[in-house]
Amino acid sequence: METYTALRAFADSWMLLFLTLFFLGVIFWALRPGSARVHSDSADIPFRHDNEPAPSRDADEAACHKEART
Amino acid sequence: MWDYVKIAVYGVIAVCAAIAASYARDFAYQVHALIVMLVAAGLFLWTVRRTGDPKPAPETGYMDDVVRAGVIATAFWGVIGFAAGTFVASQLAFPWLNFEWAQGHLNFGRLRPLHTSAVIFAFGGNALIATSFYVVQRTSAARLWGGNAAWFVFWGYQLFIVLAATGYVLGATQSKEYAEPEWYVDIWLTIIWVVYLAIFLGTIFKRKEPHIYVANWFYLSFIVTVAMLHIVNNLSIPVSIFGSKSVQVFAGVQDAMIQWWYGHNAVGFFLTAGFLGMMYYFVPKQAERPVYSYKLSIIHFWALIFLYIWAGPHHLHYTALPDWASTLGMVFSIMLWMPSWGGMINGLMTLSGAWDKLRTDPVIRMMVVAVGFYGMSTFEGPMMSIKAVNSLSHYTDWTIGHVHSGALGWNGMITFGALYFLAPRLWGKERLYSNALVSWHFWLATIGIVLYAASMWVSGIMEGLMWREVDAQGFLVNSFADTVSAKFPMYVVRAIGGGLFVLGALIMCFNIWKTATSAPARQPARVAAPAE
Repeated sequence: METYTALRAFADSWMLLFLTLFFLGVIFWALRPGSARVHSDSADIPFRHDNEPAPSRDADEAACHKEART
Repeated sequence: MWDYVKIAVYGVIAVCAAIAASYARDFAYQVHALIVMLVAAGLFLWTVRRTGDPKPAPETGYMDDVVRAGVIATAFWGVIGFAAGTFVASQLAFPWLNFEWAQGHLNFGRLRPLHTSAVIFAFGGNALIATSFYVVQRTSAARLWGGNAAWFVFWGYQLFIVLAATGYVLGATQSKEYAEPEWYVDIWLTIIWVVYLAIFLGTIFKRKEPHIYVANWFYLSFIVTVAMLHIVNNLSIPVSIFGSKSVQVFAGVQDAMIQWWYGHNAVGFFLTAGFLGMMYYFVPKQAERPVYSYKLSIIHFWALIFLYIWAGPHHLHYTALPDWASTLGMVFSIMLWMPSWGGMINGLMTLSGAWDKLRTDPVIRMMVVAVGFYGMSTFEGPMMSIKAVNSLSHYTDWTIGHVHSGALGWNGMITFGALYFLAPRLWGKERLYSNALVSWHFWLATIGIVLYAASMWVSGIMEGLMWREVDAQGFLVNSFADTVSAKFPMYVVRAIGGGLFVLGALIMCFNIWKTATSAPARQPARVAAPAE
């Protein structure tokens, strides 16, 4: 089969099906029950780290240890 | 060690550029080779003088100096691009402005791509790069990845702009709308863009927030898609390595289809997705409340991504393009109504419960008008893509009016809002220098857009109707020149509208400059310091 015809047949069948299902899956994922808390947490991201990057995980752990020792 | 590598590379580039300049087959190429030579030689000297200096300790805070430079570049190129647009609009109204002494350099045909590229790529592109660097750091809670690579992207992008602009004036163009720069400029932009993508992805990879905020999704889709569009649409073979001329790989209707697949998605991903990233960060920040519906923003994103890429063929209705392709483009354009309006509602409703801010805060007013224009032009666009409407609107000034209500209203206003948001924060100031000047800018720009869009609607529909008017015998009633003289008053109104918009942008530059130099400094943040 010619490459164009083969690609075209694939695009019109399996790829179309895959993309449609993926899209519907995304919508369901966004609207899934019980996700409201996660979404409202994500929506608050811009209000958290305005001036400083979050401390790195190592620094966090070091701070924890120091506190535990004193 | 790294310094010595850089010195060697700059030296080699400068020498190669000098050789290229001497072998150049056309003037534009020669000028470009000289520009590259001077830039490389300057960097060579600069690096030589600094080699061996003690390296400062790596910084850990947010990397904001490159964002500051981006804000300045955005404002600078904005004024240049708007002024160029007002000038070409005046050339259409008053043809004597195509000066005889500048024929072949400063006439309408040469300056028009200068205007479009200056506003889209220089103003819009710098705004997108600067805000994406700001937003991705804040929403990832991480410093920009890649260190000085961000500076490479910034300065490399400015060089791209200079090469593109000088090329247009000197006649180096591949005659593809919004993709006019010739092959070597395209290659340079590809390099910059890949580094830009690496910086953005690198920052996302080392994020401290588990979730990738929706604004970053929009920015990322903009970067990835523009890379893909740029490479495919610019596949061409240079005639000579020492000349600017190149030949497209595709021909005929395939070339036209690829051009408008590129052209419309430049609108969809450069001017829409990227700027929606701005909207999803700056509107909530300025309104001081989270986005209206985060679920809707996810659906907005995926629906936009899935639909936009198919809409290009509506630029080629009633041409050699197969009917099925232009119908496909039309159908997908109409489906775009839904995500576009979903996004607009999401942006506007973010203000619910805070509508009083519209009265007191001119910056949020600017952002709301931007989102309003987003909704309006994304309603108008799909309508114009319907074949029956397009048969009237195509090739008329209606298209120009539509583009500018989107570009000035949506892209311009959301960028101004973002710049006003950023200026005090980037320069460590309590507030903007003057809110009254923001109000002046707001009204000048809004009235300018209204004059522009209204005059182009009238002019476009009038000329569309005049072109198709036939008498009882079936002969055309009007000649082309009849429509040109009938459009004169509207062209004057359009130029006045553009002038008001430039004036507003100049006021913004003054305001940002005064904010940086003489607004009261920010009080040290009252953060509870951890007990030592």
